[in-house]
Amino acid sequence: MTYTSLMLTLIFVFIPLILSKTLKLGLEKDTLIATVRSIIQLLAVGYVLTFVFESQSFLYIFLMVALMIVAATLNARKKGKAIKGITWKIALTLIVVELVTQGILLGFGIIPATAQYIIPISGMLIGNSMVLSILFLNRFDSEIEASREQIELILSLGGTPKQAVHNQLIQAIRASMIPTIESQKTIGLVQLPGMMSGQIIGGADPIVAVQFQLLIIFALLTTAALSSSLVGFLSYPALFNERMQMIKQNWNKR
Amino acid sequence: MTQTNQTAIYFENVCYEIDGISILNNITGSFYKGKITTLVGPSGAGKSTLLKMCNNLHSPTSGEILIGSLPIESIEPSTLRKKVGIALQNAPIMKGTVFENIALPYTLQQKKLSEKEAISCLENVGLNPDFLYRSAEDLSGGQKQKVSIARSLLNQPEILLLDEITSALDPTSAKEIEELILKINQQHEVTIIWITHNIEQAKRVGDYTWVLINGQLAESGNSTILTESKNQRIQQFTKGVKEQ
Repeated sequence: MTYTSLMLTLIFVFIPLILSKTLKLGLEKDTLIATVRSIIQLLAVGYVLTFVFESQSFLYIFLMVALMIVAATLNARKKGKAIKGITWKIALTLIVVELVTQGILLGFGIIPATAQYIIPISGMLIGNSMVLSILFLNRFDSEIEASREQIELILSLGGTPKQAVHNQLIQAIRASMIPTIESQKTIGLVQLPGMMSGQIIGGADPIVAVQFQLLIIFALLTTAALSSSLVGFLSYPALFNERMQMIKQNWNKR
Repeated sequence: MTQTNQTAIYFENVCYEIDGISILNNITGSFYKGKITTLVGPSGAGKSTLLKMCNNLHSPTSGEILIGSLPIESIEPSTLRKKVGIALQNAPIMKGTVFENIALPYTLQQKKLSEKEAISCLENVGLNPDFLYRSAEDLSGGQKQKVSIARSLLNQPEILLLDEITSALDPTSAKEIEELILKINQQHEVTIIWITHNIEQAKRVGDYTWVLINGQLAESGNSTILTESKNQRIQQFTKGVKEQ
């Protein structure tokens, strides 16, 4: 793609800007900020990736993955900032997701241990894990709010905190995993996934593109299950104090 | 300390605050073993908070609560809550059958409730054994309250806390529940602490009464205080006059 062609893609930014102005949506500023940020961030990451790919140093790969985990943690923790220790709980979840998925991919020799494979795949999986963690925290929060009486009932009958929130925890884990499973059911029928489309546009054999896409969607299933379960089981104790009393008010509002 | 051998629960200078707002202020008094004590007072007086402190669902900000002679915090919460049962106004019902709801305290302890035991629980609260495998969510308000009481009784509590358990029921169901509680109190000598908005009910069922107004214990004593108290705040409350 030439730079002229790339410049022409800004037409896709002008259309929402004009609509926002005409319909008084008030989104002009946010759209402009998002556009500028995406250009700067992607160009920066492009140069960094070029440097890392050329160096093929494991230290740089490690630093890139660590940066992704830190950025994803800082973003996801906003949804559960009232949960004690939420930062390390989300960070631990993302680290486990990365270790398990890359452990399988590299351990079984499914992908070569090079920056070109490790970094983009880590990015997709960590990004997905971040979204899943946010989805889980939102849902768990609503489940708890809707079931306060039942939770108190179980505590009042001598149940433990884990027994008291078991149903809400399971519901929230299920609810946050369902979008991943559902989107995989229609993949290829309704939409072609971004990574696969990118590879095909870039000239790759569609079958090779499909193989890598399958790798990603299978890994996303593990990511979804691990992220919501780990964040869930690490977070629920923060709802209670040592006297088995419910202390949570509202995670998002505190 | 004015605690006697007959005291089931003793409150000493108990205060409770949430976000700097005082809910209970300097509450001192005893609930007596085997007796029914009613808690009355206007909405927002702190009755439910006080009740939930008795089984440690809330802890005082300051002051002390004794269960028998033991400080409440020295008793392991699960053990305490089996000893001090609670039934709530809305009778929260879990999804599932009446059997599953009644068996919940045992399920939480990984114990099995036999069908025979479950039927005995139902009969104890005046429910027909035919209800055992019905969906608990389909029951009437009065029936749900009976299931809730049966469930609380499964742990064989020494103390039973009741939070407005008849306020959402029709008069017939309310009368049935009232008689059931009196039976439980007399037959099993269970200490009862009962929040009610119904002054006539408080006079009818209570051996003792605590009148809470604005987080303070305005007066406590024999239930006759509800009619004979010289306390102007209590007179206003029982006559339905709002405090200025």
